[in-house]
Formats: sequence, structure tokens, C-alpha cells
Amino acid sequence: MGFRMEAKKIYHNIGIAKPESSKANKTGSWRVEAKPKFLQKNCIACKMCVFICPEGCITGEGKNTFICDYDYCKGCGNCAVICPKKDIEMIKE
Amino acid sequence: MPIGVKTLFSPGHTACAGCGQAIGARLVLDTAGPNTIIANNTGCLEVFSTKFPETAWGVPWIHSLFENAAAVASGIEAALKYLGIKDKINVIAQAGDGGTADIGLQALSGMLERGHDILYVCYDNEAYMNTGIQRSGLTPFESNTTTSPPGKESLGNPRPKKPMPEIAAAHGIPYVATASVGYPQDLQKKVKKALSIKGPKYLQVHVPCPLGWRHLSNLTFDIAKLAVECGLYPLVEIENGKLSQVRKLVKIKPVEEYLKPQGRFKHIMSLPEQIKAVQQIADNNIEHYGLKS
Repeated sequence: MGFRMEAKKIYHNIGIAKPESSKANKTGSWRVEAKPKFLQKNCIACKMCVFICPEGCITGEGKNTFICDYDYCKGCGNCAVICPKKDIEMIKE
Repeated sequence: MPIGVKTLFSPGHTACAGCGQAIGARLVLDTAGPNTIIANNTGCLEVFSTKFPETAWGVPWIHSLFENAAAVASGIEAALKYLGIKDKINVIAQAGDGGTADIGLQALSGMLERGHDILYVCYDNEAYMNTGIQRSGLTPFESNTTTSPPGKESLGNPRPKKPMPEIAAAHGIPYVATASVGYPQDLQKKVKKALSIKGPKYLQVHVPCPLGWRHLSNLTFDIAKLAVECGLYPLVEIENGKLSQVRKLVKIKPVEEYLKPQGRFKHIMSLPEQIKAVQQIADNNIEHYGLKS
């Protein structure tokens, strides 16, 4: 209890949400068929997968460093289609 | 904000897998950076990004009604101006196509006419996707929606798209542009350019919707790109009422390639006459904007 709880109550009453609190939803459970696998072999760091990920859950900077957060990935498969080096493939869950 | 390190539009939002609007919103916000205030119309974007009591936005964000994001943003801009800190903060008003072309047009027109220093972003997914794919002013010709179903009497939406960029440009505002999530770097460049200009700006972003357009979720990028490559969605920039830049097309593709993967155009795939009519729209665009390189 105390101030934090009080503040939380007020936040809820007037409809203010904490920034980036949507991270509490682990949307990874939405995946039904396949998930992307980052092979990290021929990556040229063009970052197209980062640009195109609707979740924004792909991170990385240099070549062969890109990874995906499976807690949030919904398995749409856009990254695998877009990769110019075919370095991402969709594998069965 | 360097792309690939951290995003201000955080994961965990409840968009469908392969949502084009989520891609567009993230690219726009990450380009604008953390010093941004957003006013949002009702629509898919508002619903999936702010599932109460959570929000995906990492910047101040307000939703009021379906029609008045432009008016709310005008108030925010006026307040920032009064405080003397407008130069440090970007104000963005954003909406879907229904909230821009139909319901919010009056507020948008007022904002453009009064000359507020705001970037208005319209995410054009070509129907009211949030409420179940009803036809809007920006729904393309012959598209199948729940309020323009194909059958004996009709072949889908009978009217072409409303020319929103031209309507915005007719207000004499400094910057109007169309972009597409099929060209992410181009979209980021346009947001950056728009935010460097003072005055009202209008940006229309083409965002595929796997659910409403009935295509596979992994084709979002390809379909957005095909729409540009066949001439149905020209990427243009209009500055002070004059066409200043267009994205030239090296190889113009036939519209069939764009229509085929989408279920909303399935009913016209066996009718060559109707495909010709869609091709005519693309040809008109190519001629009107001089898209041929």
C-alpha cells in the first residue's frame, strides 16, 4: 500500500496507462504453426527484418547478430520472406 | 533513435500477425523520436495499441474521439506555443483512413487551414478494419467489403479512392506526401523531411491489412510494394501545392500481380473487363504523376 498503490488507483480511474506497459502481454502465445529461426550465417545487416517486423521484437546491430524475442513474435513470417540472403527460415514449433 | 536497438512502440500490442499499420506506426514514431506528442483518432491503431490498462506507446499519447485527433493536436500545439517550447517537441496527429477521409475530414481541414505546426499521418488500410471491414472513402475501386459485397447487382465498391493527398494539398500547405510500408526507408525519409518543415503537413501511408484484404500474413511487405510498382499507389511529394517529387517506376507491373494474392479482389479475377478498369486507374496515375522513368 501507500503512495504507489494510490497513484495506480488514480491512473486507472482517469484512464492513464504507464508507458510501454503493453510488454506485459506475451503475444508469443499467438503463434500457431511456425516461428522464425535466425540462422546468423549470411546476414549482411541490411536491417530489413527490423524495419518490417510488426511487433518490433527483432533486435541486433552488426552482421549475424540479429535475434527475435519469441515472447512477442506472432509468427507472421514477413522477416523470412523479406530476407535477401534467405538467412531467416520458418521452422515448425 | 537507431533502428534495431530500441523502439518507442513497444511489443505486446494486440495487432494481428503481419499488421501493416503496426509497422507504419513504429517507423513513424521511431523516426520522430522521444520528443513527440501524439493525438490519435479512434481506429484499429488506437484499439490494438492501447488495450486498457496497458499502452504500447513510449511517448505522451492521447485519444479523444473518432473525428477530432486534428483538433486535439491543434490544442496541444497552441499550448506548447504558449509555453514557448514548440520548437523542441513534435506534435503528430494520426488516424486510419476512415478517421481521415470520412469522419475526421472536417477537423483535418480546419487544422490545415489554421496553419498549425503538426504532422498529420493517415494510415491508409483502405476500409474500416476495426469494426469489420466496412467501405470507407479511401477504399479502392471494386474492392470487396462487408458494405460493398459483390453479387448479381454489384462488383464491389463502385467508387474510386478519394484523392486525399490532393485535397490536403489544395489547402496550400507546405508539405503533402504519400508513402508505403513497402518502402520503409522512403517512409522514414519523408517523416524526417516533414518534421523539419514548419506548418501543417499531411502524410498518407499505405498499410496492408492481412485480415481485411484477405492475404497471407507473410505477404504484407510484398503487397505494399506491388501496389506502388503497378502504379495504383504512386509515391509523391507535393510542396506548397506543386508536385515536387515522385518515385519513378523502373519496371511497371500489371495490376493482376497486385490483385491476385488478395481475397478482396477474388471476384474480379475471372472478369477481364473489370481488371482492365483497374488497370485504367493505374495507367491514369502513371500519366498524371509522370511515374515512367
